[in-house]
Amino acid sequence: MATLVLATHTISPAARFKDAVAVAFIALLLGIPMIGLTTVDQGGTLRVATRWPTLFAFVAVAFAGRLILRFAIDQFKAHQLTRERAVDVTTVASASGRAASPLLTWVGWAALGVALTLPIFFSDNRYVVDTATTVLIYVMLGWGLNVVVGLAGLLDLGYVAFYAVGAYTYGILATQFGWSFWEALPVAGAMAATFGVILGWPTLRLRGDYLAIVTLGFGEIVRVILVNWTELSGGPNGIASIPRPTFFGLELKPPGDDPTFASFFGLEYSPSHRIIFLYYLILALALITNVFVSRMRKLPIGRAWEAMREDEIACKAMGINARNVKLSAFAIGAMLGGFAGVFFAARMGFISPESFTFSESAIILAIVVLGGMGSQLGVVLAALVLVLLPELGRDFAEYRMLLFGAAMVMIMVWKPGGILAHREPTMRYVAEGDSR
Amino acid sequence: MSTASAPLLSVERLTMRFGGLLAIDDMSLDVAARQITGVIGPNGAGKTTFFNCLTGFYKPTEGSVRLNHPQRGLMRLETLPSHEVAHKAQVVRTFQNIRLFPKMTVLENLMVAQHNALQHASRFSLAGLFGLASYRRAEKKAIAKAIGWLKRLELIDKANTAAGDLPYGMQRRIEIARALCVDPLLLCLDEPAAGLNPRESAELNDLLKHLARDEGIAILLIEHDMSVVMNVSDHICVLNYGRKIAEGTPTHIQQDANVIKAYLGEDDADEELHAEAKP
Repeated sequence: MATLVLATHTISPAARFKDAVAVAFIALLLGIPMIGLTTVDQGGTLRVATRWPTLFAFVAVAFAGRLILRFAIDQFKAHQLTRERAVDVTTVASASGRAASPLLTWVGWAALGVALTLPIFFSDNRYVVDTATTVLIYVMLGWGLNVVVGLAGLLDLGYVAFYAVGAYTYGILATQFGWSFWEALPVAGAMAATFGVILGWPTLRLRGDYLAIVTLGFGEIVRVILVNWTELSGGPNGIASIPRPTFFGLELKPPGDDPTFASFFGLEYSPSHRIIFLYYLILALALITNVFVSRMRKLPIGRAWEAMREDEIACKAMGINARNVKLSAFAIGAMLGGFAGVFFAARMGFISPESFTFSESAIILAIVVLGGMGSQLGVVLAALVLVLLPELGRDFAEYRMLLFGAAMVMIMVWKPGGILAHREPTMRYVAEGDSR
Repeated sequence: MSTASAPLLSVERLTMRFGGLLAIDDMSLDVAARQITGVIGPNGAGKTTFFNCLTGFYKPTEGSVRLNHPQRGLMRLETLPSHEVAHKAQVVRTFQNIRLFPKMTVLENLMVAQHNALQHASRFSLAGLFGLASYRRAEKKAIAKAIGWLKRLELIDKANTAAGDLPYGMQRRIEIARALCVDPLLLCLDEPAAGLNPRESAELNDLLKHLARDEGIAILLIEHDMSVVMNVSDHICVLNYGRKIAEGTPTHIQQDANVIKAYLGEDDADEELHAEAKP
């Protein structure tokens, strides 16, 4: 049985060689016009020249690459099989509950690879790194809101309120009490979580449209308070000169009296250091959020969130305290939004109520819905689409938002459940000898 | 009729009023441990309302529902919220119009039913978040229990399928399996045979008898399918317009003049009882 199962996933070296030859042949066919032939400008007239060595190298790379890729896939699959078969009948490994679709796993890892290396390739291009940072803020907000909307099924139109609470908590603590970014981060998270419970408590009995209206109002209340409570929040003028985050106490600024990041590591000071540092900081925060949320989803509380989304009455009949489950979803979603807010305040150095309008809530919600409710990778793709589309559309000036709206409509027509609507089970029953 | 020892559940003078409508009128009923008690009556007689009052979904207007819990002693179910009725009193119900978690797999449905034990073991999710051994043991145990019930109800092949994608009869069984994962003392089944074919009904009969005799679970059964009720029940209570009109063994009920009148007079659709009632 075991060998039979293995045989369906691995192929013999001869077959692998054949496969690579076929790929090389296709590469050759494509390569002759594209690489093998080229035009050279010779005294004003174009003449066709040949580049056979380059073409040969191209075909060789395709051949070798195919061999390696095929080998890697086989290794990966065989490894997965042995791991699954090692699992006992009665004790299902909850560890095997990771993404069953290898394609999505690969896309996820590839996205992580791109995210990690992006500043290396674009270290001199501030615009790219800045835009990527913005995308990551929205990814993190999307992952946070995913807990409330995607998992627990509580439609929250005021998520930006928690983002604002996080940002203002850091802004006030930093400018009035001299707290650093790292000290304020947990406090701001706790503060936002408290606000999550404050919002959650009176809305426990509400669902769907009614809940959406109350949360919408809550988001506006927080913004209006920030505009009007001038002593606390600076009113419409906001809070300025918020300190930037430090690298373990080393500041990222031009050389001065204190040791800075550049002087400590003996580097020449460059303003791009700070941009890249901020990028990696939000990347780390977002990745921690991702790991945290995907682990929570596989715990009893995560399953209870999803069950609450599916059927609240059935949850009660199973002995689940609906109040605690809902409040925990609100609190954790709000906490993650608060963390993102702290980062936002630290990155901008200036916050005002204008950054926390309803349209922000709408964009974050659109990211979750477009991505596919509950899908982590979907949020990344949707955030890319929603942040990059308006950026790319800058050339179209006033048609920009039209383009944006049209893209959203098209996604919803083609993929009504979101870009990645597939729900991955939190655990999987694997019987002995079963190759699934 | 009922055993000499104190009943597991005793409902006393239960009344449920919705504005001017008297849904349940001064109803009393004893449910014995390890026995199957059937509750029948024409449509709209107040059977499901009775279940809702027992399991904390409605607060009865008057009357009391007492449970003799072997470990916790006397419990007043009418004072408890619905999740505590299931969790603490271990009185678990199913629903007339199946309420599964449709997008979750069958196995996940059964894991959600064990939420309280698992949540306790995960120590507010901290032990679970860091994958501590104590939590992993509890999770393994919960999975083993879920798999055990899935195997006995012949649902194991569908463990990884989304519950909402399965046929109706299977969903009924999943709902029972899920309720069993809560470790019920008293299992309240609201029309478990509705929509089942004759073969599935016969299987349900065997399952219910097995649960009561061998697992020691008391069962309270609302059912229209007389082939199920008359076959499995030890004791039957008949409701009409919210009032108890008869109570006794299946043979006794089949000959009761009030019951025959209630069914023939009120609802043409339920003629089976009449057919059954004639020996």
